Amino acid sequence: MKPIIRVENLTHTYGVNTPFCRSAVDHVNMEIMEGEFLGIIGHTGSGKSTLIQHLNGLLKPTSGRILLGEEDIWADPKKIRSVRFRVGLVFQYPEYQLFEETVYKDVAFGPKNMGLDEKEIDRRVRSALAFSGLGEELLDKSPFDLSGGQKRRVAIAGVIAMEPEVLILDEPSAGLDPAGRRSMLENIRNYHKEKGTTVVMVSHSMDEVAENVDRIAVLANAGVVMSGTPHQVFSRAQELLDVGLNVPQVTQVAMELKRQGLAIDPAVYTVADLRAALCKLRGGKA
Amino acid sequence: MLKDITLGQYFPGNSLAHKLDPRTKILLTVLYIVTLFCARSFVSYGIVVLLLATGVKVSGVAPKALVRGLKPILFIICFTAALNLLYTPGEVLASFWIFKITKEGIFTAFFMVLRITMLIMGTFLLTYTTSPIALTDGLETLLGPLKKVKVPVHELAMIMSIALRFIPTLIEETDKIMSAQKARGADFESGSLMQRAKALVPILVPLFISAFRRADELAIAMECRCYHGGAGRTKLHVLRYQTRDYLVLAAYGIVLAAVLTLAHFGL
Repeated sequence: MKPIIRVENLTHTYGVNTPFCRSAVDHVNMEIMEGEFLGIIGHTGSGKSTLIQHLNGLLKPTSGRILLGEEDIWADPKKIRSVRFRVGLVFQYPEYQLFEETVYKDVAFGPKNMGLDEKEIDRRVRSALAFSGLGEELLDKSPFDLSGGQKRRVAIAGVIAMEPEVLILDEPSAGLDPAGRRSMLENIRNYHKEKGTTVVMVSHSMDEVAENVDRIAVLANAGVVMSGTPHQVFSRAQELLDVGLNVPQVTQVAMELKRQGLAIDPAVYTVADLRAALCKLRGGKA
Repeated sequence: MLKDITLGQYFPGNSLAHKLDPRTKILLTVLYIVTLFCARSFVSYGIVVLLLATGVKVSGVAPKALVRGLKPILFIICFTAALNLLYTPGEVLASFWIFKITKEGIFTAFFMVLRITMLIMGTFLLTYTTSPIALTDGLETLLGPLKKVKVPVHELAMIMSIALRFIPTLIEETDKIMSAQKARGADFESGSLMQRAKALVPILVPLFISAFRRADELAIAMECRCYHGGAGRTKLHVLRYQTRDYLVLAAYGIVLAAVLTLAHFGL
């Protein structure tokens, strides 16, 4: 796999020349591979949001570069809009940015800005709504008459409709009830599987990340402190706890079992894994 | 971006100018404006300039910040200067085409510019050294007597402080919505005037919806805490005049008297 986005030595400082000067990301290096499902975790204020806003050129680096494919996205500042079509970013609580009279028009906003023709826009709107789990009967409704969960799906569809090469979602499940969370994550998983495009999900829920992504990058104190497969990351559970993050509940159980003397690998992060590990311990089959 | 805009322009500090009662400062500003409009000569203008300089020195506000405040009205200043320079009748010094520059014109233009500049700087000094909350508090107390003639002073002050309180919140919100729409390819920076105005719709609609939602939530929260307007309401910080307030006001009274006397003698 080759990287689709490379972050090189990225630093972003807010409030230069004021007493409030502070680097939200500090000399960050990371790679996002083509077609992977990457999870970015970090506690509040760890620089997650600042980092992802650089990936589609909403923020300009104070120093360092962002490479999309092989090109520096700021090589020609006039072309930054085309970068935003290739890297779709869904903000936290995206339901607050809906503005059109109908769901259809709102989802079509992005594709329209790309200058596509009517037929293509129509195809994309319908396909995007399907991916985000909404029925066609909603197309002509006002987005303001929908429920909170449906509004969020419309907003996500609005970004998916641009058919970006990389889809970045900032806390897509924040503030949803458990059932809403599950189905939202399932939709994102399916989107990734069917489209085969790169998906980046920012979250601070360990369980959510553990169950869904291929690779995790951990952000703390304005930098990437760890990255690797969930297994690699959660096997360093103690370090995660040290930077103020949690580990998945299943991992917590395994860690406690190990502490009490069971010969178990504490780096399990899904219920199925724990079950398998426990069965193996008893000499049975998973 | 939007975050860099300073609104309310309050610079926290610990100088005498910061410590004065907001009512004293509002009164001083009003008196200062009166003085400014009474001044007619170099001597009395000199006194007012000196007064402003003392105020700036005491407040510790950087003079640069005051000058920066003049930028938005630079056009008005130039316009007034030009009008006065060209259209004041009197002893002609130079003339070209239909314009005549007179001696009186030069003086009036000079004094007009000085007057506007000093007016702006003086009022800026008030907002630079007084927090918006203190300012509304002071205004509410000063206008208190108007309650007798059924002016809803408390309500007006409350509206003002709520508005001030929500400016930073709404700026942040606008910033967020702008970023989100930009991420969907919205373009605010190019196109004709009409296109740019249209480009604002995706910002304004969500912004208004969120402002109404916040207003609704705030109203409910206030209702829950039994807010029912001004009658019988006490304050956490009760404004009290200190000795320094009386001293400053007295000193200012003397200056005002001096300027008025000078004006009387045509100086």
